[in-house]
This record gives sequence, structure tokens and C-alpha cells, in this order.
Amino acid sequence: MRQRIIISGRGGQGVLTLTRVLAEAAMAAGHEVITTETHGMAQRGGAVLSTIKVGLFHGPLIAPGEAEVGLFLHADNLPVHGHYLRSAAAAIVNAVNLAGHDFVDAERLAALAGESRAANLALLGFAAGKGVLFVGADLFEQTIRKTTPAKYLESNLAAFRAGIEAAR
Amino acid sequence: MGNEAIGRGIVECGCSVATSYPGTPASEILESVVTFCKETDSRMHIEWSVNEKVAYEVALAASCTGKRAAVAMKQVGLNVASDPFMRSAYLGVKGGFLLVSADDPGPHSSQTEQDSRFFAMFAKIPVLDPSSPREAKEMVRLAFELSEEYEIPVMLRPTTRICHARQAVPLLDPERVARAARFEKDPKRWCATPRFVTDLHRGLTAKLVRIGADPRLVPAFFPGDGTVPRTAIVGSGVAFAHTLDVLDEMELSGKVDCYQVKVPYPLPTEFIESINSGYDRIVVIEETYPVIEMQLANRRIVGRGSKLVPNEGELTPEVIRGVLVKFLDLAPAPAPAASPAPGARPTLCAGCGHRAAYYAISQTFPRGIFPGDIGCYTLGMNLGAVDTVHCMGAGISQAAGFYHAYAQDGAEFPTVVATIGDSTFFHSGIPALVNAVSQNARIIVVILDNATTAMTGHQPTPQLGTTASGEQGRPVFIRDIVRASGVSFLREVDAYDVQAMTGILREADRYCRGGDGGVAVIIASSPCVLAAEAGAPQAVQAVRISEECTGCRECLDMFECPAIVWDEGASRAGISQGACNRCGVCVSACPIQAIVIDQEGDPA
Repeated sequence: MRQRIIISGRGGQGVLTLTRVLAEAAMAAGHEVITTETHGMAQRGGAVLSTIKVGLFHGPLIAPGEAEVGLFLHADNLPVHGHYLRSAAAAIVNAVNLAGHDFVDAERLAALAGESRAANLALLGFAAGKGVLFVGADLFEQTIRKTTPAKYLESNLAAFRAGIEAAR
Repeated sequence: MGNEAIGRGIVECGCSVATSYPGTPASEILESVVTFCKETDSRMHIEWSVNEKVAYEVALAASCTGKRAAVAMKQVGLNVASDPFMRSAYLGVKGGFLLVSADDPGPHSSQTEQDSRFFAMFAKIPVLDPSSPREAKEMVRLAFELSEEYEIPVMLRPTTRICHARQAVPLLDPERVARAARFEKDPKRWCATPRFVTDLHRGLTAKLVRIGADPRLVPAFFPGDGTVPRTAIVGSGVAFAHTLDVLDEMELSGKVDCYQVKVPYPLPTEFIESINSGYDRIVVIEETYPVIEMQLANRRIVGRGSKLVPNEGELTPEVIRGVLVKFLDLAPAPAPAASPAPGARPTLCAGCGHRAAYYAISQTFPRGIFPGDIGCYTLGMNLGAVDTVHCMGAGISQAAGFYHAYAQDGAEFPTVVATIGDSTFFHSGIPALVNAVSQNARIIVVILDNATTAMTGHQPTPQLGTTASGEQGRPVFIRDIVRASGVSFLREVDAYDVQAMTGILREADRYCRGGDGGVAVIIASSPCVLAAEAGAPQAVQAVRISEECTGCRECLDMFECPAIVWDEGASRAGISQGACNRCGVCVSACPIQAIVIDQEGDPA
């Protein structure tokens, strides 16, 4: 199994958390995984990018035109980081409406689930529901259970499941 | 995370003292040391020192007692620590001494993309260059062993893509190195006067020769199958890992001889000979400066010298691909489509007290000069209130320099307002303040006190009286230091109170220009909105935009709060209630008072 995934968003949207969930899920599935993420000043609302490489790779970065999957937490980042995707890639975008892409209003789903900051997990649920990721939704759900503090667990899981539902 | 792997490695090696000053990409190393010490019940003195020089000296002395010690910093932090660093190579160490200097090719979060491996070469100490988080952890152990064996400081040089990469790493139980502190007096060594230095230097050179011949430190060899004869790819660090991935992508894995250098300085002697005699075509792929390339000193190398490898910027997979295509005479890949759009720029958080302070400064002194400093508040440049950002603590000295340059012209000097954060003030603002006072500078210094080191992830400052491990320390107060520096004009203000801040700024300007004027210091406090431990923000008031709004965009352009958005439908500004922090500061940012406190609004 080899899959290269980019996660693009704005600082504060939960890109780092989402990167971790994907990496932990890959490890739980017995895959090698290497990721990299943005820290420092860009985290203050700037455009941030994480990369996740599942399978046998050496370095964490992904070259333009190589990623098989892109998760975009902010539609404005499509022209910023879209070039990392290969032509047949699956791009999953958090947007109210967006022609030409698989999109889901992850913020609304998260708000309905009771935790507006869980839009990242709603987007993950949507991508898992679409079947574009290296493992199925069950393993992500287990990972979320393992990594989320008890206080947020119910609402985070609800946001994730709402994403899966929306993909049907 | 690579930084966690390094932190874990430090704990597993039975280190006794670990010190650091936070800075991206190195900040999480010491935090991980704290976490893993707690998890494994290991005893260690762990400190966030006030700056890298102090951090280096504290850890170095611990090593002189025979215990293992480590110090971690970002690459420009080593500039600050360069004085003790350079001499420690000559004097050597006792217990294993690890220096982690994290580089930032790109750069992503730094003033320069300097190469710490060059610094290691300059200081004449060995440096290890990991290609993955896993290898970084293994190299921590190797560094401690080498350091003890050769009595020399050893540098581990990860880069951003190692520090912030995540990978599964095997965990071992910490070694229980039960050594009692024992400092053996040896004035010829620990106090070495110039008379003894040449001998120490001779000893250092001899150590490097022995290290250069140490069979453990030879590069890893990935042999090719002979299809590309007498050709070698030499690389180190994460750039080597990316080279392997690029070769794989180009279906060239196992075709060309590849060498991964693990110790870029001193480059193993035998390796230099075998590369130079065994190959006709050699490319060196390393970040960021040509450290290996210069030691190979072979004119047949294509690399920085021949301009095949770019001299600046990060060696990303696409850059390496371009290098290999030319080096191996392959057909180039199709050029990528149009260059990507720039992403959203970072901005101060909604409700950040720095925004309020900067708004007051730029509004009060439209023609002022504003030297800034390093931290979140560098983003004051978006608000036109930061004109220079140089290095830690430079803002106050630059302000003094600006004043002296203008004042000697005789005409009325401009108002000069330096801004500096609380942690940066402790780091290197204090000597600059003492200097400005004693040299009669007439400047305003605004210390932005948000009660944390926000930019790097909320490490405690000395004022909080909390140690890195969360224990009770002894708080040291900024106001006491300012008074002791000879400052007679000191005011403290709530940063959210724009009106009060404006009044104090005017008063400070009058003081600077008065007969007995000098340095005026204002401490503008407002706890970081992201740091729970910094305390809750003071004001809690919902705001809304009234019908009066004319859509002039002044608040959007001059105040730039992420919670103020453009309402396309209504052609005027609006408040994103989800993002709003309810600080109420924006009320002063509307020229026609159309931003109003919403009495009905939800104050929570």
C-alpha cells in the first residue's frame, strides 16, 4: 500500500490534529508512515500544509503532481496547494458549494454535532465515506477514540460520522 | 515527531541536565524531554533558559561534572550561544555533551537559512546529520558516546523536515546513568589563559583526525547495479531521504551508487579518498551550504560550485529531481502548470492584545519609526507598526541607533517606538535597554507582555515563576528590571484600553522630548488569548456593526482582525461571531463609530 496525501488549510483549522489522526491510523493498520507539518508563524491564520506518505518512503515531502489525495479545509487553498495533486487525484474540499470537486460543508456538520472546531474530522469522515483513503472509516473511528480527550470525544465522533453520512 | 524522537533519545541516554530556549523548529525537543521524563520516572534538571548562551553554559557546566547534558536550540540561537560554543571545542567536555542545533532550509520560520554544520566546522566539533526522525533518535545515542569517548561537544543537526516529520520510532527504557557530580579542578583547562590555548587547540585537531578515521562514522553505501558506471550521488540529511524517493519515482532505484554521509564534519578521510579516486561524475546533495562538497575538494563534483544544485532554498523533491535529471542526462519532466497562488498571510489572532497596542501606536504617531522584534508581534508589520525585524532583542538597540542618527542632524527627531515581547525582553532586550538609557537615547520602548512565549507554543517566561517541568520557580518581574535599568518613565497599561494607551504614548513622547528626557518604557499587558495558563482576557463584550457603516474598509485594512469580515451582500463590514473574542477593541477602530458594543449580544 502506498498513498501520498496532502492536508491544506489555515492555521487554527486543525490541520495538525488531522495529520496525526491519519498517521496513527496508518500505523494501526500496520503501514510505514512519514508526515510533515507547518509550525511557527504561519500557524497564526496563514496557509498551512501537511503531507502524509503511507507505505515505503524515505522523506516526508511530496513533489507537485504526486499526491493521490488532497484534503482541503479551506477552498481558497485550492489554487495554493492544488498543484501537489496528480491529475487523477481525489480532492475533498470543505466548502458550502463548489462545482467540479467533491465538497462538503464540514463546518456546518461540525456545528450541528456540537463542536464547531471539529470540521477537520467531518472532512475526514467525508473522505473516508467516499472510500478514497488507505483504510476504511472504522479504523479512523478507533483512532479518534484513542487520541481525543474524553471531553470532546462524543462531539468529535458525531462530526466524523456526519461526514461519513454526507458521503453516501 | 522528530523533535519528540530527539527528546526521547535524550531521556533514554540518561541525560542529567537539559536546557533550551524555544525557537521554531526546535521548540518541542525540550517539551518532549519533560514529557518522557515524567513517563519514565527519570530525574533530570530541565530548564527553559532566558537565552541560548545561558542554556549552553548551564548544560556545559553540568557536563564538566561528569554527567550527561544536552542543549537544544534553533540555528540562529547558536549565533547567540556562539561564544561559549566556540571555546567549548577547545576545552572539551567530561560527561557526554549534546548540542542540538535545528536548521531551517527554506527558511520557514527564521531570519536566515544558515547551515549549522558549517558552524560545527568553524568551531571544530563533529556534527551528525539525520535523514529521518528514527535516525535522529539513534544519533542522539551516538552523539553522547562520541562526546564521552573523545571529550568533545557533539552537534546533532536536524532540519525542519526532520524536526516536524512524524514517524514510528522504537522506544527503549532509559539508561540509568547514576553518576555523582564531580568537578575536577584543572585551571589549565577550565580557565585556560592564552598561554594554554595553543596546546588545547593542538589536542582538538588531534581529536578530529581520530574522529575522521573512526570506522563507525563511515557513510552508508547504497550500491548501484553498474548501469551508470563511475557515477556517484553523495547526500546527507533529509535531502538524501528525498533523493532516494525521487530515484524511486524515476525508476532509478538501485541503478546508481549512492552514499549517505552521516557525519558531514569531519568527513571521514577514507571516504574522501575513495570517492575522489573511484568516480568520474559525482553530485553532492546537502542542505543548505556545501559542507561535504568543500571537504571533498574535487573539481569534478557537480553541485553548488557548478551551480547544478541551487545555492539557496530548500532542496525539495522537485528541486532534487531537476538536479538528477541534469546530472544523469535524462529527459526533463514536463514543466509544472502555472505557479501556485500565494496562500493567506498569517495575522494576529482575534482579540490579541498586540493588535490593540499596535493600533494605538500607529494611530498616535503616523510619522513614527517602529523597530520591532521577533515573536508573534512581528505580525504588527501588517498593521504598519513594525518597520524593522532583525534578530532577538535588536528592536531596542535599533531604536537607539535611529535616535542618535536623527538627533545629530539638529532638526526635530521623529518619535521612535520599539516594541518587544516579554520573552524576547528577557532573552536579549535587557542589555539593549541598559545601553539605551546610559547613552541618553530618547525613545519609547513598549514591552508587549502576554505572559507567555506565544509564537513557539507557550513556554513560560521568567516572570511566571514556573519551570519547564511545571514546578514552582522564583518569578522575576519585568517592571523591577526596567526600574533597575535606570528608567525613570515607566507606565503599565491594559493593552485592550486603546484610549489609555494613546494617552500614555503621548505623555511618553513629551517626556522623551523634555529637558530631562530619556528612555520611556510602557508595559502593555494582555494575556495571550491562546494560552489558558496566561489567564482569561479582561474585557468581555460582544460587538456588532451598526447601519451607519459606510463600507470604507478602514477596520478591515488598518485593524485586520480575523473576526471582522466583508459582508458582500450588505456591502459593509460584518462581525464573524464565531471568530470574535469579544475584546471590544475594534470599537475604537471605526472612524465613524459604526462598530458598537452589542448590549443584547452573548458576552460568553
